[in-house]
This record gives sequence, structure tokens and C-alpha cells, in this order.
Amino acid sequence: MALDKATVAHIAILARIKATDQELDHLVGELSKILAWVEQLGEVDTENVAPMTGVAGMKLPRRQDVVTERESVDTVLANAPASARGFFSVPKVLE
Amino acid sequence: MGALTELTIAEARDGLAKGTFSARELAEAHIRAVEAARPLNALITETPERAREMAEASDARRKRGDAGLMEGIPIAVKDLFCTAGVLATAGSHILDGFKPAYESTVTAQLWQAGAVMLGKANMDEFAMGSSNMTSYYGAAENPWRRQGGGDNRPLVPGGSSGGSAALVAARAALGAIGTDTGGSIRQPASFCGVVGLKPTYGRCSRWGIVAFASSLDQAGPMTRTVRDAAIMLRAMAGHDPGDSTSAPVDVPDYEAALTGDVRGLKIGIPKEYRVDGMPAEIEELWRRGMDWLEAAGAEAVEVSLPHTRYALPTYYIIAPAEASSNLARYDGVRYGLRVEGKTPEEMYETTRAEGFGAEVKRRVLIGTYVLSAGYYDAYYLKAQKVRSLIAQDFKDAFESVDLVLTPTAPSAAFPVGEKMDDPIAMYLNDVFTVPASLAGLPGISVPAGLSADGLPLGLQIIGRAFDEETVLRVADVLEKAAGFDARPQFIAGV
Repeated sequence: MALDKATVAHIAILARIKATDQELDHLVGELSKILAWVEQLGEVDTENVAPMTGVAGMKLPRRQDVVTERESVDTVLANAPASARGFFSVPKVLE
Repeated sequence: MGALTELTIAEARDGLAKGTFSARELAEAHIRAVEAARPLNALITETPERAREMAEASDARRKRGDAGLMEGIPIAVKDLFCTAGVLATAGSHILDGFKPAYESTVTAQLWQAGAVMLGKANMDEFAMGSSNMTSYYGAAENPWRRQGGGDNRPLVPGGSSGGSAALVAARAALGAIGTDTGGSIRQPASFCGVVGLKPTYGRCSRWGIVAFASSLDQAGPMTRTVRDAAIMLRAMAGHDPGDSTSAPVDVPDYEAALTGDVRGLKIGIPKEYRVDGMPAEIEELWRRGMDWLEAAGAEAVEVSLPHTRYALPTYYIIAPAEASSNLARYDGVRYGLRVEGKTPEEMYETTRAEGFGAEVKRRVLIGTYVLSAGYYDAYYLKAQKVRSLIAQDFKDAFESVDLVLTPTAPSAAFPVGEKMDDPIAMYLNDVFTVPASLAGLPGISVPAGLSADGLPLGLQIIGRAFDEETVLRVADVLEKAAGFDARPQFIAGV
């Protein structure tokens, strides 16, 4: 399916990636080409085929719901671009 | 004795055990080789000081009679693994300055086994690529060059574990760890003339590996011999409660599996892998591979994997879908790059626009689309169903054969800069490696010959789930029969 520019702009918003008008024009062509290529899967009869949702065929293991690590706030925040008073900080949400 | 950098892991292990040289001496030789290898741009971060400390600690452990499986062996680590206190970039701008507070399980096990870290290897951004050209830190280069006086441009090492492959080929590391999502260990191994093993999904823990596509990602060894891959895999593998998909199965002594005896094994030759446009020399090498194994007493049998041609399009729905979800965490809040904005939304959007490269953006956008309301069933669910059929193809084939033999890649290494304007042409590099990834099966690439212009070509062996032993046993026989002893033009170690 060929994507139009409005759709690509909408996907970019969903993916939280800012794209300029020029980038959008370029992406419309590229993404449409990739989608057209993957659409050959339509030829495959998948009636009565279950989707593969696990790889190793294992049952999901269970564990006790306990704290295994007690990291310090400093460790958690060590890589933060901005933090304040023991929290990650972000631009103001409310005026 | 020759240069320490020329040794295999098995030889280095024996030399260390005999006291012929120390881990410190072995590390120093490789630290010099890593410096000499800088023109390849194969490392993002060199860690010589850490290598010296680890080597000294290794010598001390050995003195106490406490040597592990990888004691004193210097290796490179793909920069997708979290290494405590050492920059981990995933080849991306968006992880600028990220120094993890913790160690991945696989690297922790290797250090526990005595291995020594030389540095963090270059790679395609977030492991998305087959050339190493999508790295924010620039393309890594293949130590091989075409021969014969024609086109002598620098070549890609393959990807995404391109830096790891280049370092091992150039004798700058005795081994390296890579990760493989759709071919990212096997294809660069083929391009650089080294051995690359993707274990069964679940064999090695994914904990602490920057996630790309969680149902496909798997760590594995890259080495100069099959025996070395067997030694490394044993140190890397095992159940980890930190990864719920890591399998609670015992880890065998893989080296003990290298008996040299392949008599009576049935080797499947999938007819669907004879793809249009495959170079005659690769077809010929494949034929020779069958002959070598038959001469050793195995039997080649034609098998059918009817959904092979749908593997790549299936992969290019599933992997981007998982990537779009996994990469949602890069938002400029907790680590890495932040580009300021007036609102949080603006900060997320500008951070991700600046932090991600073109291929990562393409995949995140495709993944977002195929998971979005109204398109989920048509794309993502459909791909999951076709994935079931691809896995079933292998199950059916393994009813009548023990292994499958294929070429690793449809070409030898190509020049740096090519295929970047055509994503689908780039994706076709993984046509022979993606099916086993989708099925979660182990696969190894073994260097088996040279192209007409002197570049390495690999053959791939695919095995049953958790049967790396048979895969390695046959790979070892194939390696000996091929007698691959060609060397790249660029050698870093002296």
C-alpha cells in the first residue's frame, strides 16, 4: 500500500520523531516501497495458522515477587541528562 | 614462537597454562594490536587500562590455581552489551555518554571465566544494518581488500557486528562477542573470513544487551576457529533468571563435541536457497561444502523449506515492530542525549529526531505503522502467522535430516558506501540467515573459500534447537576440509 504524506506525518507523531516537510516527502517514498515489498506475504495462505508468539516453546517462568536489588537513587539518576532533588526532571507540564 | 596475536584461543589457553607467557603479556600484545587497528575504526571505546587490570587479576588467579574457561583471553565486546562503568553506545547518538551501572549477564559470565576486555566494538546503530555503515561513530572497515588490480576501495566488514568481525580477522582480538537478530553475527563473519555462531534463541541471556527485536536477539561468539567458538560459547551460555526467555537447560562441554566424526549424519540441502542472481562461485562453494561433508561420511539430502522466500518480508515486519516498542525508551529523560524543548512532547520528538539515524527512524516508523490500529492484523499478525510456517518448515526438515547446509550470504563484502540509498537491496544480505533467526535455531558461519577477487566466503550450518554440539561438530569438520588459511591484507597484530 502506498502511504500518503498525512499518514506518514501521523506515524511520525505516534513514534515521537519530529520530521521536517522535506523529510516527510522522502519518507513517503521509502516507506511505501518497503511496505509494497512486505505485502508479498499476502500470497501465503495462513488460514488456520496460529501466530508464533514464543520462540523456544517454553512456559513463562514464575518467580517470587520480591525486591532483588536496592539501587541508590544516585545510581538510578547517574545517567540522567537533568535531575533535581532525587527526580528526573523534564520541561514544565503545567503552567 | 610466533606473535601472541596469531594464536587461537585454544593455543593461548595452553600457552598460559604452561606459563609460556602471562595474561599480562598477552594483553599488552593485543593492546598494541588494537592501537594498530585504529584505521579500521572497529572500536568505539578502547579500554587498555581495564585490560591490564583484568589481565593482572587473571595472572593472580592462575597462580592460586583458580583458572576459568577463558582465563586471560583478550576479547572485544560489541557495543550493544552493557558494561559497568564503560560507555555503551549501541552505535547511536541517542546514547551519548551512557555508562551503565550494571553488567550484562553474558559479559559478566565471560569476566567470571577470566576473559579480558579490550574495548567496545563498532556496530550498526542499534544493530540495524548489514554493513556497519549506519553507526553514528562512522563505518568500520573490513581488513580484507579485493585482489587482482581492479577495484580496490575499502570494503564493509558486514553488520551489524562489523567491528567485532574486523577485529578478530585483523588479529587485534583473539575473539569477540556479537549479537545476531537476523544475521548480524553470521554475515559479518562470512565477510571477514572468521567463524560466527548464533546460538539457539534462549541459549544465552539477553539481560543487559540493548534490545533491538526481543524475540530474535541472541548473543554469540566470533572467533578464528570453530574450536574457539566452542570454548567461548560454553562461557557465555546458561540459564539466567534475569531473562525470562533464557532456557533452563544444561550447558554441555561444546569442545568435547568436536570429535571429527560426522559419519551417518544427514545434511539437508534446501532447494529454495538457490536464489536468482546468486553468484556462480557461491553456488560452487556450496557444492564443495556438500562434497567435503560427504567425503567425511555424512550424507547430503535435498530438503524443502517452502516458505523461505517469505522470511525476509516477515522479518521486516516483526523486527521493526519489536524495535519500535523497544526504542520507545529513548526519550531524553533517563539517559543519553536530550535536545531541549518547551514541552515534554517537543523534547521527545526533537531528541529522537536528532538522536536516531536514518535507518533506525525508518524501522521505528515501519514498526509503528504495522502495530497501529487498523493495520495490526494485516501486517503484524500476518507476519507472526507466516513466522509459524517458517518455523514449521524447519521442524519438518529436521524429521529427515540432522542439519542444514547453506551459503551464509549471497555475496562477498561490498565497498563502503554502496547500497545505502536502497534499503531493500541492503536487507537482501540476510536472505540466508534470517530464516533460522525467525525459527530461533542455531547457525554458524565457517570461512570456506575465497571469491575470484580474493574475498572470504562463508558456509552456514543450521541445527536443531539447543543442538549447538552437532552444529559445532560438523562445522569443525567443514573447517578442516576447507583448510581456509588465507589472511586479510591488513593485520594489526605483530
